Amino acid sequence: MNDPLSNVLHIDLSRKRFWTENRNELFNEMIGGSGVAIKLLAEECPKGTDPLAPENPIIFAVGPLTGLYPIASKTVAMFKSPLTGNLGESHCGGRSAVAIRFAGYGAIIIKGFSETPVYLAIHGDKIRFRDASVIWNMANSTTVGRILREKESGSGIRSIMRIGRAGEKKVSYASVVTETYRHFGRLGLGAVFGSKQLKAIVISGKKNIPVSDMKSYREIYQETFRLLSSAEMRKYHELGTSMNVMPLNELGALPTKNLQESKFENAEAISGETFEKNFLGRRVACAHCPVACIHLAALREVYEKEPYFYKTEMISYDYELIFALGSMLGISSPQALLKLMDEVEILGLDAMSTGVALAWATEAQQKGIITTKETNGLKLNWNDEESYSKAVNYIAAQVNEFYETLGKGVTYTSSKYGGKEFALAFGGNEMPGYHTGPATHLGFLIGSRHSHLDNAGYNIDQKALAKISKLTPEEMIDKLIEEEAWRQILSSLVICFFARGIYKSELISKAFKTIGKEFNEKKLKKIGLKILKEKYRFKKREGFIIKNLEIPERIFQTETPSGKLSKEIFNEGLKIAEMKLTSI
Amino acid sequence: MVNRLSVVDVNLCVGCQCCMMACNRRFGEGGTAKSAINIKSIGGVERGFIVIVCRACKDPPCMKVCPTNALTKRPGGGVILNQSKCIGCKRCVETCTLDAIQWDDSTEKPVICVHCGYCTNYCQYDVIKMEETNQ
Repeated sequence: MNDPLSNVLHIDLSRKRFWTENRNELFNEMIGGSGVAIKLLAEECPKGTDPLAPENPIIFAVGPLTGLYPIASKTVAMFKSPLTGNLGESHCGGRSAVAIRFAGYGAIIIKGFSETPVYLAIHGDKIRFRDASVIWNMANSTTVGRILREKESGSGIRSIMRIGRAGEKKVSYASVVTETYRHFGRLGLGAVFGSKQLKAIVISGKKNIPVSDMKSYREIYQETFRLLSSAEMRKYHELGTSMNVMPLNELGALPTKNLQESKFENAEAISGETFEKNFLGRRVACAHCPVACIHLAALREVYEKEPYFYKTEMISYDYELIFALGSMLGISSPQALLKLMDEVEILGLDAMSTGVALAWATEAQQKGIITTKETNGLKLNWNDEESYSKAVNYIAAQVNEFYETLGKGVTYTSSKYGGKEFALAFGGNEMPGYHTGPATHLGFLIGSRHSHLDNAGYNIDQKALAKISKLTPEEMIDKLIEEEAWRQILSSLVICFFARGIYKSELISKAFKTIGKEFNEKKLKKIGLKILKEKYRFKKREGFIIKNLEIPERIFQTETPSGKLSKEIFNEGLKIAEMKLTSI
Repeated sequence: MVNRLSVVDVNLCVGCQCCMMACNRRFGEGGTAKSAINIKSIGGVERGFIVIVCRACKDPPCMKVCPTNALTKRPGGGVILNQSKCIGCKRCVETCTLDAIQWDDSTEKPVICVHCGYCTNYCQYDVIKMEETNQ
């Protein structure tokens, strides 16, 4: 069998050199995706590296099932995060993973700094450093995509990753956009691209992936495909993730107006149901995923000065964007919300960090901590889409000292201006849209990327609410760590977390067998823990200490569905977490 | 009665490319390099997709231009490729109005749809189906 997975492509932007290296033993040990990426990051990123220095590596990794089985189509990116100054990890779908796999690589490492703006064209074995000076300073990431689509080959099988203005300006939460609607959103990969003067990467390839047992490959494929057609998966295709707006609001768990409230009076206007009824224009899929969860709203707008002229923009929406740019900012018009989402997409910002940053700024201005002098003349008010739209552009363009600061996240901004108690970030990463109870916030705090996707604490809270189980802090921490360890296996196989209920250890073992590899449940769990441990080793090396984690006071002030949160649970939980994470 | 593959409604296509992966799986490998069906966006996924596949011509131009008679008429429309006669000249690829003949870089031979319908089992959205033709 000649699987190209173990090929690691090294790219040096400073010297404009590239080479490949076979890392078969690494892929056997750590599977792929997150497992391989954390090892490569620890190897390639010197201790104490400035996230925006040439030495900070960008690591992309895919997994052994990518291209062979459906929905194993995420690319894991690892880097040192300019937002948290620590482990940066972000996952992206689109065509990115399948394109990397069929180009013949399991991982790509990009280091260095290009003296002049550059974009990379990776077409199988052919790697080209192409001049990007013409598309540098191009604020709109969608336009960059359109230009490269015409310029490069590989239509239908390629991925085009690119940054917008925010990435060029090195905003700490700038994103990398792929295929227009998917992103390496969190933790600032866009700024790392920008710091290297790397505007875009086009990648395509036509390599086939061998299996060791063709007959059972087709059978296991069929079984997986059938499971993916179940009702459990259909919900992601039907209303999609925005189905969560109404239930979370009814529960009183939808962060609203910088989490001053946990219920939004106009939630219905920005709910999944409203978007479906009035705006849903198309649903599309990542490569090799039959679920098709990407929801695109069609927003028809008139040109004010040109009567009879209209444009229809297609704008991707999801729950987290509705929370961050919607309820968090008190936006009650779906049109206004879509326009804000579009702005954030075009400029290449992480929607979640941007929304939380704007929410902080609004409250800070209302409290007199900042004034119009800082905001460049804006009076930020809840539900004022026009001001927010301008503020988003000011962040991306870094127009003054205040926006330069705000572009480094709310933890940094509040350390400079004050307002820490309502700066909603955990471990330096702005919060996701769940105020469900203690487990979700403990999860953000101890998760290796401080994301709701690390360990799904909201799930534990919801079970407690439904009286299925009420856990002690120790049990909570155990569950969070157990879940995060198992998710390392999914993200090493780069299986989308939506399919976590389908890809259980038994199915994963069977799929592995068809490519000649033996991984039983016990072995998988062991590797999951090992990967988590590697991540924590990196975090500690870069100065992460649980004891030093700051908890924004606001989360204790605003009701959750189970009432106000108790500080004791957090004190105890974090103490236990520190002990357990040291000993795993 | 014989069957041919037909595109029912291209607007239903979500661009997942599961049909392409299915076609390629006939050769027992993962990938799209040997797929006879091709899905791509109409210049950006927001505009939707095009499904490029042999439409089983009754009088196939690709067959007429083949200098070695490697392509012969298939009952029900379209052509059958005789690999041993094919010299890899690509004239069939260039001639097809639909660009529905794909190219296998590893064998340097065309990839031509045999209208087996395997791909239709993996289209969740009923974009493609098998239909009967009288010929």
